Amino acid sequence: MSKTYQSINEKIAAGKAVVLTAEEVIDYVERKGVAAAAQEVDVVTTATFGPMCSSGCFLNFGHSKPKMRITEAWINDVQAYCGIAAVDVYLGATQLRHNDPANMYHPGEFRYGGGHVIEDLVAGKKVQLFALSYGTDDYPRREIRTMVGLDDLNQAIMVNPRNCYQNYNVAVNLSDKRIYTYMGILKARMRSMTYCSAGQLSPLLNDPLYQTIGLGTSVWLAGAQGLVYAQGTQHASLVERSENGVPMEGAGTLALSGDMKKMLPDFVRGVSFKGYGVSLALGVGIPIPILNAEILKRTAVRDSEIYATVVDYAEDYPQKTGNTLGRFTYAELRSGEVELLGKKVPVTSMSSYNKALTICELLKAEIQAGRFLLSEPSQPLPAAQGMRGLQCVEPQR
Amino acid sequence: MSVTKKLYLYFPKSETEKPIVYKLVKDFDLVINIFRAKVTPEEEGYLSLDVTGEAANIERALAYLSTLEVNIHAGNKGLHWDKERCAHCGACVVHCPTGALAFADQARRQLGFTEDLCVECHACIPACPFGACTSSF
Repeated sequence: MSKTYQSINEKIAAGKAVVLTAEEVIDYVERKGVAAAAQEVDVVTTATFGPMCSSGCFLNFGHSKPKMRITEAWINDVQAYCGIAAVDVYLGATQLRHNDPANMYHPGEFRYGGGHVIEDLVAGKKVQLFALSYGTDDYPRREIRTMVGLDDLNQAIMVNPRNCYQNYNVAVNLSDKRIYTYMGILKARMRSMTYCSAGQLSPLLNDPLYQTIGLGTSVWLAGAQGLVYAQGTQHASLVERSENGVPMEGAGTLALSGDMKKMLPDFVRGVSFKGYGVSLALGVGIPIPILNAEILKRTAVRDSEIYATVVDYAEDYPQKTGNTLGRFTYAELRSGEVELLGKKVPVTSMSSYNKALTICELLKAEIQAGRFLLSEPSQPLPAAQGMRGLQCVEPQR
Repeated sequence: MSVTKKLYLYFPKSETEKPIVYKLVKDFDLVINIFRAKVTPEEEGYLSLDVTGEAANIERALAYLSTLEVNIHAGNKGLHWDKERCAHCGACVVHCPTGALAFADQARRQLGFTEDLCVECHACIPACPFGACTSSF
């Protein structure tokens, strides 16, 4: 018997839904078998926590007296985009602070930026708004400097063009010098390796063929009830996959949105990558409705069945050679050491399994308490889509 | 029996001229391993070190230090790991040469900091994207 979104939501509302985390479901399915477990389990909670650079927020400050049509704005000295209506701005996660020397003295420290402003706002701190304008008849004010907190804003809506990468590269550095990347500091001659995925907990690795996660899916975005509003940028479902359908590289992505006023500070964290820049680490949880046995079977995927591809970030990644060095499962990567090209390499992570597990548990509790219902997607994510590169051509005269 | 104790000492300006480390070696027969030392422009001093020797001698040495204006902190005060800021990603783990920063709870992948193992090399500080590791030096 297959279930429907409606029947599962009715059970959730009645406090009778059987909810397991993506970790618990592995043993459960092994013990009970797929068919029996599919009858019993209603929802599996998945999650991830890690740096997600394509994130940011729309803020509406409310109008000052006299009114101002903001044309340039800085929040805690971090510039926000103002090419929209009068007191709306978009603050991006990777925006550097004004006067940050960046990599002028390499490697730069990048101590504070857009991601940190977003963290400060969610943590309830006041931030400084400095804004300029050219002045108009209806919006005469030309300058403002004031302090605002999240409660003072009309809206603070996180709108992230790309979150929840389905899978991700594993980074090494084959050069003779240490390099500074968004995958952290990579030691020379492959003396370290970094992966970045929650593996068996990660949303799109538990629904590898996008059978339940699509446009309109309700998500737990750092504690707020948000949604998938579009395919994520660079969503590329046409990639090499294992027999279980799980991609062995990047693949699918999600565009997510949620109300920052309802977010939890533990899951909205500014990050500084030495020599690279700033970003925002985010926690995302997505419930998967167990509509049938196949969907359940896919959520029972283990770290030992999910592969990730190793790429050299000194040469192959920046030069886009397409060359890869090998593949490992997340079980192998999490052991802390793997052997590649005849060399034992210590492995580390940029993604927090610990926080992802906590999110799976928090979302499970929300659903069990009847506070979080599932939503049926209005459109599926593209199932057969590749990714374009950018051709560099001479400008036309 | 020989024991090792980690200390973090603060010297106010009044004490920076005194040969304190020399005394620890000469009078109390201690082996000294200094991790970090700093004299600030205000001429205060900070010293992070291991002392190894007879337990009784370490006791006597601490008694001697307490007669001075020196603030003694047992354990690691030079390198600070902020448990609240740590996101338990583990980015620091391959950079920490002694295993002081490691997954304490493997099942939940929860990071822990073992102060006694820390040699204050500071490799973790730039490696942590969350700014969880800081140093007073």
